[in-house]
Amino acid sequence: MTLTLFRIDERLLHGQVIVGWGMRLGIDYYVVVDDELAASEWEQDIYGAGLPEQTKVEFVTTEQAIERFQQLDSLPGRGALLTRGTGEMRTLAESGVLAGRRVNLGGLHATSERRRVLTYVHLTQEEAGDLEAIQAASTGVTARDLPAGKEVDLQDLIDDLE
Amino acid sequence: MSEVRGIVVAHGHLARCLAETTESISGILGAIQPISNADCSPEILVKRIREAVDGGRVIVFVDLDSGSCCHAARSVCRGVPEVPVVSGVNVPMLLDFVFHRDMEPVELARRLVSKGQSGVVAHLPGFSS
Repeated sequence: MTLTLFRIDERLLHGQVIVGWGMRLGIDYYVVVDDELAASEWEQDIYGAGLPEQTKVEFVTTEQAIERFQQLDSLPGRGALLTRGTGEMRTLAESGVLAGRRVNLGGLHATSERRRVLTYVHLTQEEAGDLEAIQAASTGVTARDLPAGKEVDLQDLIDDLE
Repeated sequence: MSEVRGIVVAHGHLARCLAETTESISGILGAIQPISNADCSPEILVKRIREAVDGGRVIVFVDLDSGSCCHAARSVCRGVPEVPVVSGVNVPMLLDFVFHRDMEPVELARRLVSKGQSGVVAHLPGFSS
């Protein structure tokens, strides 16, 4: 198992992930699971720019991530798998590939449909349902923006939403 | 021809601090519009940048080349000719910017990268330049 971080963060590959998590965990490669990005070379160029030297990134669709999970999970070095939203991670979880893994909830920002539960997490009821489904199919979901931050259990987030 | 406007897109309070610092040193007011990525989704950040660019003579500055501000700025400016995005924004770069806003944006962006880089110097103990 070389994928050491599974993170939901709508900014995907950004400073907090690359520097805050990536440098702390020594991440060698990122797997970005996003159907739209997987089909857009120019957006991949933008997201891939600024990665540390030697750090690799692969953009795959949700379907490809499930099909190729064993291979993506056995690449040399330590990896991080990122999704933009809860829905993609739920699809991965319900396929069974996240069994025994913990999912980190990072940035989901304010919109008119979401309610704030943490400074960096805002959720709709549908997203909360996705997270509960992910939790049921993995070893758990916790929110934490940075490694040094306080880890918050999913149930506490859901309680705040209700 | 109108002067080039600067838009600084950065994390937290940084954009506002950079704009205010540049104004306080140069005395030139209103040349730089700060935009923060704090508490906003990528879609909202893109919308804010697009509204600020508004088809004018503009340079967009961002703090971190790999950050969400840069992603959003490059997404907006990809379809807008003659609007450069310059990453690694710092005070020396912005000070030079406010005094050369009559230049063409692309030419000015090249100049500002050089100015920004030359403003980063290690003054090491025991060595004199």
